[in-house]
Amino acid sequence: MVSNLINANPVVYEKKDRRTRSAVNDVDEYVGEPIDQQEIFDHLRDIKDPEHPYSLEELKVITEDAIEVDDNQSYVRVTFTPTVEHCSLAAVIGLCLRVKLMRCLPSRFKVDIRVAPGTHATEAAVNKQLNDKERVAAALESPNLLNMVDECLAPSYAS
Amino acid sequence: MAKPTEYVKHIESYVDSSSSPSQQAASVDALAILLRNDLLTLEALVRELDLYLTTTDSIIRSRGILLLGELLTQLELKPLSDAAIHSLIGFLTERLEDWRALRGALVGCLALLRRKTDVGVVTENDAEAVMKSYMQYLQVQSMGQHDRKLCFELLECLLERYPNAVQPLGNELFYSICEGIDEEKDPQCLILAFHIVEVAAKLFPDPSGPFASYAADIFEILGRYFPIHFTHPKSEDIGVSRDELSRALLLAFAATPLFEPFAIPLLLDKLSSSLPSAKVESFKYLGYCAPMYGSDRMAKHGGALWSSVKDVLYTSPESALSVESESDGGMIFEESDIMVEALILLEGLMQQNSDLLLDMILGDEDINNFICSFLKPWDIHDTPLQLRQQLHSVGRLLAVSAKSSMASCNRVFEKFFPQMMEALGCSVGNHSDESFATEDRALSSRFNYGTLYLCVELLDACRCLVLGFKESTSFPDFIHEKWCCMLHGFCRSLINIFFSNLEAVSGNAQSSFAYTGVKGLQLLATFPRSFAPVSLLLFENILLKLVSAITSNFDKKFSWGLELKALVEIGLYIEGYQESEKAATFARIVVDKFVSWISSDEPAMPLSLKMQAICETGMTGISNMLRIVQGMEKAISAKFTQAYVDGNFESVELVIKVLECYSARVLPWFEMNGGSEEVAWNLAAIIWDKIDNSSSVNLTVQNYELLGAAMTAMKQAVRRCSQESQEKIVNRAFRVLSASTLFPLKDSPFATSLSNSEDSYLNHHVDRVSCRDEWIISLYASVVIALRPQTHVQNLKMVLQLFIMALTKGHIPSAQALGSLVNKLPSKTNERHLSQEYGVEEAIDVILTSSIWNFCQSNTLRKCSLFGGGNEIHNTKCLAGLNHTSVHISAIVGLAWIGKGLIMRGHEGIKDITMTFLGVLLENTNNGDFPESCDPIEGKEQEVIPLMKSAADAFHILLSDSEDCLNRNYHSVIRPLYKQRFYNSVMPLLLSSTRQSNSIITRSMLFRSFAHVISETPLSAMISEANKLIPLLLDSLSTLTEDVMHKDVIYNVILVLSAILMDKNGQVAVLENAQAIINQLIGLAAYPHMMVIRETAIQCLGAMSELPYARIYPSRTKVLQAISKALDDPKRAVRQEAVRCRQAWASIASRSLHF
Repeated sequence: MVSNLINANPVVYEKKDRRTRSAVNDVDEYVGEPIDQQEIFDHLRDIKDPEHPYSLEELKVITEDAIEVDDNQSYVRVTFTPTVEHCSLAAVIGLCLRVKLMRCLPSRFKVDIRVAPGTHATEAAVNKQLNDKERVAAALESPNLLNMVDECLAPSYAS
Repeated sequence: MAKPTEYVKHIESYVDSSSSPSQQAASVDALAILLRNDLLTLEALVRELDLYLTTTDSIIRSRGILLLGELLTQLELKPLSDAAIHSLIGFLTERLEDWRALRGALVGCLALLRRKTDVGVVTENDAEAVMKSYMQYLQVQSMGQHDRKLCFELLECLLERYPNAVQPLGNELFYSICEGIDEEKDPQCLILAFHIVEVAAKLFPDPSGPFASYAADIFEILGRYFPIHFTHPKSEDIGVSRDELSRALLLAFAATPLFEPFAIPLLLDKLSSSLPSAKVESFKYLGYCAPMYGSDRMAKHGGALWSSVKDVLYTSPESALSVESESDGGMIFEESDIMVEALILLEGLMQQNSDLLLDMILGDEDINNFICSFLKPWDIHDTPLQLRQQLHSVGRLLAVSAKSSMASCNRVFEKFFPQMMEALGCSVGNHSDESFATEDRALSSRFNYGTLYLCVELLDACRCLVLGFKESTSFPDFIHEKWCCMLHGFCRSLINIFFSNLEAVSGNAQSSFAYTGVKGLQLLATFPRSFAPVSLLLFENILLKLVSAITSNFDKKFSWGLELKALVEIGLYIEGYQESEKAATFARIVVDKFVSWISSDEPAMPLSLKMQAICETGMTGISNMLRIVQGMEKAISAKFTQAYVDGNFESVELVIKVLECYSARVLPWFEMNGGSEEVAWNLAAIIWDKIDNSSSVNLTVQNYELLGAAMTAMKQAVRRCSQESQEKIVNRAFRVLSASTLFPLKDSPFATSLSNSEDSYLNHHVDRVSCRDEWIISLYASVVIALRPQTHVQNLKMVLQLFIMALTKGHIPSAQALGSLVNKLPSKTNERHLSQEYGVEEAIDVILTSSIWNFCQSNTLRKCSLFGGGNEIHNTKCLAGLNHTSVHISAIVGLAWIGKGLIMRGHEGIKDITMTFLGVLLENTNNGDFPESCDPIEGKEQEVIPLMKSAADAFHILLSDSEDCLNRNYHSVIRPLYKQRFYNSVMPLLLSSTRQSNSIITRSMLFRSFAHVISETPLSAMISEANKLIPLLLDSLSTLTEDVMHKDVIYNVILVLSAILMDKNGQVAVLENAQAIINQLIGLAAYPHMMVIRETAIQCLGAMSELPYARIYPSRTKVLQAISKALDDPKRAVRQEAVRCRQAWASIASRSLHF
């Protein structure tokens, strides 16, 4: 049987240990903890890849360094790296990232999702598609697409 | 006799194939009962069955025979005549050829063959006939699973119980066994098949007998099953586990040496498998089979076995660094399962034929080269992991070889020891030279880690060998053994080398050398006395060295710990093996030295380390511990006064540490190891002596710490004393107490109860309690807290008054002591000790009639009953004492502790006390407006609120468990379920009060009390009334959120709520109040003052999403809105919970984004 997977044999990397935050016992009750890179990464790391039973972290589609966040300006930018250049699922991965962040972040945040420069054949198109509010909304109207996204976001044992 | 009609219907019902299985079983049971009670004879039954047994209709015939078989199974214990058995077995044997009706014949034969001798058994001739018939007619592999199982059981039974009957059959028997078990796949049948082979093999041990000629064939069938591999997911489904099956096969393999030519090559072959489980199994089988096959047969496999063991241990070791290895010099490994099994095999082979194996090990070039390569100095930390693993394995190899016997130990030593010693630069010690003069050696040779490591492993092995002999009675003279002579010769230099390893530690931190050095010394020091190499003098030197290393190396945590541990091990060894000479030396050099540290400034080691060293060495044995205790007692005697009178900083620190050591380690150790109570008694006595002899005390902060430590030690000491000693201590304490300035009041107004002057007197008096008096009363309170219920306290009345006075000053220990007293005093006069002046009733009388409670309408204390109390509270005079608020708060706290004592024993007096607290809470309300004479509201609130708060918090003291007093350790009287009882009695009161009160403050305080009560009562007591409780709980939450000071209480309440949510019974009540709960939780999700409250509230909301859809759907939008705010919470933990909760609520309708 010919495999119809886009990337039939992806490289799987190790998961990083979940860093434990420093103990919060004697921290002042009223001091805020701003939303930071690690927190965003913790939200995204367990998203499942649309075609493999691995998380985006294991496939190094996203890394902690690829997340920019500014809590005061309410701005997040996530840059992800598709496993192969011609990956047609890049848009789906991007959509998953966006939906996950929509669900996890306060509404004040502006989320910017981008394909890492030079890692995808139709980079500009994908970027445009992912950051167009109307097109995202339209995509989520499609039951098929929504099911696919929800499957990727389904909570795994780890989260 | 039963009539034929009775049993014929049972027979018919069984044989009728249309009746249900349960009917059939019932009819078999009915017939069996008839037969067992002799209401029906077997002959009559068989005669009745006649047609069913012989008809040509095979279905009916098989049912008939099966009925006979089943009945015989049920009658296994009924005596039958030989003739009956003979004719039955003859019939059934014949029927074995009838394949259509086979099962009944099998069941019947089996039942007859299994009969016990005292009820009549089948004769051997008949058994032989069964066996012959079996061989002739049964084609086992062509039957179904159940029939196969029966066949195997039959065969197993014949082999086990009638060996003489089956023995003559020889070859034919094995042919039929082979035929039967070939290709068997069912696990249950396989276990039987393996067992059949095992039994048959044991029956024919003759190497030229019939089994020998079939061994190859049988093993060919058996060998296919190795290693046992299970594809069944769960072993429960088939009733046989993989381990059982593997064990049965192992026993079959090992049943006879005749299998050796086939089994060993197979197992060796499987060792090269890439499957780790196959390797583990192979080693296990080899290890088990080798002794069974005998050394002669195994000898020819020696080479192959060694190379496979070497392969696993040396060539590719799979050991993993253990967790703590980093600190131990990177040489502590955990062996994999394969290595463990391989070492077990090696050990077994060494026991069996050590010469052969040793030839191979010692002659192995790889091993030799490896050891030689380590004879050059190298640094452990630069060595790759694999090399270290190999070093570890070689160490284990040598140790296992040396450990197996004296002879092999000699050979290993002869082969390697001289080389090693040379590499380390040792020479045979000069015996006349008693001093440890420095040998002129290149220093580098002493830091040859690999050699040192192997050397220590060898030492460990021969120590094990010697100790192993020591346990058995024959105790060989090993002084003349070669290894012993060698060790004897090199002993001194070895010790020198280990010493220099220790010294190296003080230079540069080479933890791995410290490890070998300390280990080596420890091993040498723990050789048995009769073993000459380590003379008493050397032993002394080793101890001195370790002690001096501990003295100087305290800044190197790792090596310090090792050295201390080594000393402790030596101490334990001495204690365990009753070495009296060494024990004396140990005590002199180590224990006495350490003890002398206590009170001197030398060495300049942190006090905590000193105490650790002292305690741990003391714990090695009772005599050492007693020495240490003596030292500590001396130190306390010497320094206590200094510490306590002058507040001398160092003395204070020392005494605190010693006292802590007493309460945390020494006293528990004595309790565990059955020491006398003398130690505890002495400690208490010393402290009281010291207090008695000193006249004044300086009040410093450390002094308070010292007081705390002294109180804890006193409590710990007193609670371990017997009743008599406790009485002595309490009397001694009372003498000190009565001599203090606290006691001018032998005939004071105290005794004459309520008078206004008393109040002022008290306050006046309490104000000038000196520091010394505080010490005395605190310690006295500690003694009282720890007393046993039987212990008699003298002058109880005065003591009570004194405590009452102290507690108004806010002295909590006094309050706790009062609580303990009322908890433990005998309840009825006739139970009392003759000289006991007080029972609990009188004590309560004294306590409660004291005037200090006056401010809280205290005339109600005695007058009020549970129901009438509230009405009397109209007196506005209560506020007169406002300037004494702090006194009053102390009084309430004190009363709470007393109440705790009462509540735990289930005394009625608790009602009055509860009413007092309620009274304080309600005063405000029932006064309506504030009295005109009073200050403006703000001022008044400032006074009243703390008072009310303390009254509310009194409920917390009443119900919570305390570490300091009133628990099992301090011999409290505890009535079962006291919390539940109190909950049931107080709840209605609290509820009616809340309903009546209309002041906000009062309500919030009442709810505070309510919150304390519910958070301390076990959930199971409340859950049955959850639907009444929940509205109240929600009310209390909404009231308490108004004020920041209630935040801790809110947290406790919300924990109760979440517990109810999680409880199955609670959920029904939750469902009824779902809307209200959700609304309240939404409010709490934004509670600004405490993060854990927000977090728990959101968790509860998340749990609510599991409730039935129709109930919660209306709230969905509201919840989602609230949660999206929580997503922006300042705290991370709350945000994370919010994400989870949002997901849960969003998905109850659809998972779409459009919530």
